[in-house]
Amino acid sequence: MSMNRRELLGGAAALSTAAMLPQAAMAADTIQLGSILDTSGIFDAYGKPMDQAMRLAVKEINDAGGLLGKQVEVAAYDTQSDMALYSQYAQQLTRQDKVDVVHGGILSASREAIRQTMRKTKTLYFYNVQYEGGVCDRNIFVTGVTPAQQVEVLVPYAMKKSGPKVHILAADYNYGQITARWIQKFVEENGGEVVATDFFPLDVADFGSTITKIQQTAPDLVFAPLVGGAHLSFFRQWSAAGMKDKIPLASTTMGVGNEHKVLTPEEGNGIMVAYNYSQELDTPANIAFKAKWQAEYGDTTAIHELAVSTYQGIMLWAAGVRKAGSIERDAVVDALETGISIEGPAGKVTIDPQTHHATVDVHIMEFEGQGMTVIETLPQRAPIDTQAVCDLQANPGDNTQYEIEI
Amino acid sequence: MDLSFVILVEVLYGVASLVLISAGLAVVFGMMKVINLAHGEFMMMGGYATITAVGLGVNVFVAMLVIAPLVVGLIGLIVERLVIRHLYGRLVDTMLATWGLSLVFIGLATMIFGNTTTGISTPIPGFAFGGYQVNGYNFFIIIVSIVLVIAMYAVLRGTRAGLIARGTMQRSDMAAALGYSPDRIYMMTFFCGSALSGLAGAVLAPLVGLVPTSGGAYIAKAFITVIAGGPSLIAGLVSSATSFGLVSQFFTFAISPVIGEVALLIAAVVLLRTMPQGITGRFFKGKL
Repeated sequence: MSMNRRELLGGAAALSTAAMLPQAAMAADTIQLGSILDTSGIFDAYGKPMDQAMRLAVKEINDAGGLLGKQVEVAAYDTQSDMALYSQYAQQLTRQDKVDVVHGGILSASREAIRQTMRKTKTLYFYNVQYEGGVCDRNIFVTGVTPAQQVEVLVPYAMKKSGPKVHILAADYNYGQITARWIQKFVEENGGEVVATDFFPLDVADFGSTITKIQQTAPDLVFAPLVGGAHLSFFRQWSAAGMKDKIPLASTTMGVGNEHKVLTPEEGNGIMVAYNYSQELDTPANIAFKAKWQAEYGDTTAIHELAVSTYQGIMLWAAGVRKAGSIERDAVVDALETGISIEGPAGKVTIDPQTHHATVDVHIMEFEGQGMTVIETLPQRAPIDTQAVCDLQANPGDNTQYEIEI
Repeated sequence: MDLSFVILVEVLYGVASLVLISAGLAVVFGMMKVINLAHGEFMMMGGYATITAVGLGVNVFVAMLVIAPLVVGLIGLIVERLVIRHLYGRLVDTMLATWGLSLVFIGLATMIFGNTTTGISTPIPGFAFGGYQVNGYNFFIIIVSIVLVIAMYAVLRGTRAGLIARGTMQRSDMAAALGYSPDRIYMMTFFCGSALSGLAGAVLAPLVGLVPTSGGAYIAKAFITVIAGGPSLIAGLVSSATSFGLVSQFFTFAISPVIGEVALLIAAVVLLRTMPQGITGRFFKGKL
């Protein structure tokens, strides 16, 4: 049998098309959702409930008939709290699995490790975590709160309860540094004064001298955006020194990973915080959410702010897909940019078209008996910090994380 | 006046906590020449032993001062029998083996207790001194470390067991010729060293949030203190802990806690450059 080059090429093309057919048909049957989270290692206290929340959201979408008549399928990778694995799995998700959307990333470092891969491969990316603000990229949507959203409401409340002199203790990396500047700004705007600011590396666990120093500056209020297990020692030593009933404490981080359940009630009671979510939130949406979680996992104690953000992020994405009537990235982005909103367990969440961040309800809370009691709810706080530096409507090609100047 | 008293307490506390952190290592590394990179994990286990015991309803002081040292001492005993005893005299090999052990302990603690922060609150309330609040627990730590140093001195200096242990560490062949089993003496000494580490971890536990990786925070300070102390066990421990405690607390109060830590490290570098044999290589020579 003789075969010329044209016939050979034609045959090969036909064969390979045939080979690709079933795969293409399969891909069209389901929608692929990529998830990339630390569900083991030192950040698993954050990552595990986020993973559970992601699966709960997907199950709910599928039980309700899926999206655009298709089921949503999860491709989840555990990055084991190792930043190097983020870029590896991001390649896997975008180039091999070719997922339609990626939700995930916990630390800011992990987000920055995968953000450019998502952008290059035109894979829509959702980052569902409280962070320092300033990311400006049309391909990403951020559903967690940023410092200004918390600080703007927490500072006036805490100052009203205590007084105008504030001492700041912050974690010594970009989150703490930026948050401390926001606190200073709002303290001054509210007619107060920052008497001192101290920064602590993440492994500092001895705050004895700091507590003495605070007594020297004699503030009316201590603001403590401290991060991680070692810094938890501050709250313990503060209470051990008997300071807790003398100078009130406020924090923007305490409780995000359910740290308040580690402190005894005597150590924690009265600490003021402001978040998007609290388990104690007494709304029908939250009660229903907790019931669903209970039915799925049997125990609701693990639910925290980041898990709820993840759940809300997926629901926002689903709303965007429904509105777009398509799974194409640009169509979904356009749909989300119409200022779409959903009712989540923590209240109404709206996408801010200008920054791709979320406008959320912020609740001022106080610790009480290892829970967070909601004192006051401030509806629909916009991400004003990122808005000050980022305008994706005017400049859709932007791809930077701005350091917010205050 | 009030302030100087409060600062004095903080400085003493800084010195005392260095003594506590380093005591176990001083025995294991200083006496036995085993580079125990799992020292921090022994402390971490002491902390978990305390928290578990308190959770089971044991009095917190009993848990800290009795149960935790015993538990960690026994773990140390097992480790010594299985691993360390094959490595005496092989400095670098002990380093590798104990580093592996530290990873194992972190893994085990993570499996058992989970990777979340736990803790207990301090059993002693704070009190007011003049215009200042003082952490009452600081006094407890100061007292424990003073008692610890006196006890170590008394045992090593005053008892026959201490004499035998010291002799064996210097010339195990001579000790063997005199009818003592170096193997058993090494075993008991390692048990004591581990128990001291467990005690330190237990006593410091109420001040911190404990995670399985907590040990990492102590290991560097412990080694610096012991190495800078030099050949004499107790004189070295106390003198280097005092110098470093003073330096770090001075800079902590004068500037910030970060600078305090930096000053401690710089002091260590300067000290080892000028006195490569450690403080007791030059001063207090021949003291215990």
